[in-house]
Amino acid sequence: MTALIGPIARADSALAQVHPLAKLGAATAVMLALLPTVDPVTPAILLAVTLGLLPTTGIRLGALLRRAWPILLGAVSVALANALYGDGGGRVVIDVGPLELTAGDVSSGATLGLRLIAIALPGVLAFATTDPTDLADALVQQLRLPARFAVGALAALRLVPLLGADWDAIRRARRSRGMAAGRNPARATGIFASQVFTLLVAAIRRASRLATAMDARAFGAAAHPTTARDLPVKPGDWSFLLVALALTLAATAISVTLGTWQLVLT
Amino acid sequence: MTGAAPRGPASIRIRGWGWRHAGRRAWALRDLDLSVEPGERVLLLGPSGSGKSTLLQGLAGLLDPESGETAGALEIDGVDPRLSRGRVGLVMQDPESQLVMGRAGDDVAFGPANLGVSRDEIWFRVDAALAAVGFPYGRDHPTGALSGGEQQRLVLAGTIAMQPGLLLLDEPTANLDPVGAGLVRETVRRICADRARTLLLVEHRVAEVLDLVDRVVVLEPGRGVRVDGPPGEVFDTYGEALAAMGVWIPGVPTRARRAPSGRAPGESLVEAVHAGFRYPGAPRPAVEDASLALRAGTATALVGPNGSGKSTLAMLLAGLARPRPGEVIGTSALAGSARTRSLSRWPARLLADHVGTVFQDPEHQFLTSTVRAELALGPSRVGVAPREVTGRVDDLLARLHLDHLATANPFTLSGGEKRRLSVGTAIACRPHVLVLDEPTFGQDRRTWLELLDLLAGLRDAGSDLCLATHDEAFVAALADEIAVLDQGRIGQRPTGGAGASASTGAADLRRPDRPGR
Repeated sequence: MTALIGPIARADSALAQVHPLAKLGAATAVMLALLPTVDPVTPAILLAVTLGLLPTTGIRLGALLRRAWPILLGAVSVALANALYGDGGGRVVIDVGPLELTAGDVSSGATLGLRLIAIALPGVLAFATTDPTDLADALVQQLRLPARFAVGALAALRLVPLLGADWDAIRRARRSRGMAAGRNPARATGIFASQVFTLLVAAIRRASRLATAMDARAFGAAAHPTTARDLPVKPGDWSFLLVALALTLAATAISVTLGTWQLVLT
Repeated sequence: MTGAAPRGPASIRIRGWGWRHAGRRAWALRDLDLSVEPGERVLLLGPSGSGKSTLLQGLAGLLDPESGETAGALEIDGVDPRLSRGRVGLVMQDPESQLVMGRAGDDVAFGPANLGVSRDEIWFRVDAALAAVGFPYGRDHPTGALSGGEQQRLVLAGTIAMQPGLLLLDEPTANLDPVGAGLVRETVRRICADRARTLLLVEHRVAEVLDLVDRVVVLEPGRGVRVDGPPGEVFDTYGEALAAMGVWIPGVPTRARRAPSGRAPGESLVEAVHAGFRYPGAPRPAVEDASLALRAGTATALVGPNGSGKSTLAMLLAGLARPRPGEVIGTSALAGSARTRSLSRWPARLLADHVGTVFQDPEHQFLTSTVRAELALGPSRVGVAPREVTGRVDDLLARLHLDHLATANPFTLSGGEKRRLSVGTAIACRPHVLVLDEPTFGQDRRTWLELLDLLAGLRDAGSDLCLATHDEAFVAALADEIAVLDQGRIGQRPTGGAGASASTGAADLRRPDRPGR
């Protein structure tokens, strides 16, 4: 099981140095700019910029794919579904038996797939270059979230990789007791459900042990806990956020100028 | 916490104290009277279920008044422990679920930050604590990349960074391999040498911690303190009685080797042939080119340091993981009717009928809500008649001393009871092969001896045992053959050492003769 959060970038890369909230702010700005439109130009520009940042992070392509494959899969599915079932009009480009794709079908499918990737990738990059501890610190220090929530979530996150090992052990334990699905799908579903339940029980027991350990270290004991680490927002972080905002606005402006910008559902 | 909080070693006053978990009829602890002076170092002993962990949680202020009933008084420096958190540090067994942060330094800083210590002071304490426990890496080292022993030392560092006046250690080495346990004990010895804090230690393996303590207190289930005195006196007078209670007492021998009952090694039942296994994403195989035969009436031990591939090889031999490359086969002597001989491809029911597995964490293998149903599950699944199932279950309940717990939920049992039940579930189908992964981990002396007798009996009745273990005494007492693993490969058995005669020798382990070739 691969964790979806946590740094896979080089810690000394420029993007890893940027304040977590500046990165999340930039990713949110891109998302907000792309959600209302279904044109190819805006996402293409913003995706190009995002991809341009990629080499500076030192993230290996394999590691990125392992994390982002659900998004890629989603994008391809969206593109295919829209190409096959859409009514894009225009010249017929593919005609194989009952399958008839027009140029409009293909371009609208490609546009929607591109849009999905352009919306999601900045968020993926933000998390891939951010240490969860820094994110939790930022949530507490800048956004004033309760430490109990932020630190609790952070600690729970640490247990996620252990779930993978638990799952393997539970699956093996069932096989050793003669419990296996065989070819009966109803049985397979039942066994899977009970296996998930066992995993849940294991996770809860682990979490309650962790909660006890946190209490043993005086979690929530003092009225005014301190933070071990200061995570100030530096001028560079503001610049990063402002540049990101400017780029999203510029991309939108270019698309509007070209006449390609198109509101969703119209 | 304010600057007026007391400093220096803490005192403990317990008068008529007791605790009953909500929903339980019996008190976990009752009528306990105990005083510990500042700077004293006390070893707390007692059989499993005598309430040692409950007492430590109470002293750490972690018993929620809503989750049980309390009696009497319990005070640290004359104050209710719930009001003096941070004065008491508690280290428990499982290091993995005691680390909070992703980076070592942040984890040590967690306690002091919760207590409101200033940032400069936090990092001063972090560096001092990391140095005190001999932590070999820097502040930024990821906590997930540490071995169990290193993790537990980091937990110790995080605890002493709070500068507690009372340090409570609840079997801190129980979940560690011998190397990690040794390092942690060494660290405890170092940080307790100056008596800067009062120490209350729970540990089954008494010999290793004897020089660490000035006083031994023995609890008796439901009856408070039974014995209290200096270690030498306590063990001279009560050694045998304590051993009978399950405590590992220095000088009281465990048991002579249980040699097999004279028969020659039987036919080979399971054979690994150049078997390998690599976990997804791992840089090197966990097991490489392992060839090994498990014979009827023979106990084979897989030994080696952490990460040497013992457990993985055990899972391969149990048919629970698919080797690649190579294969693990169940021979015709094991089950002549098996359609394919590769054990990992056997249908689950067929496998359960012939190969039983005892997992390191018993909780992973519990599937039902009562002890009785748990024991009945396997035999019912493989088609044993209901009346016969009942008979077998009754027999197992008696042999495993679980009869009084037949209707209890497996998850509510004590550690020793869980272990006995997990062995029971694995042998309920009367498998010819029994694979055990660290069966004696964290067990008290009594459970240890019971396991030894039970397993030796199975072996003498013709079963084939395979155990992956760190427990040298257990290997010496039970194993007939020993395979030493190092970095995933089976190597030569060291000469001497364990008491096993290993009549067949390492060469035989490495190149089994395959019948029919």
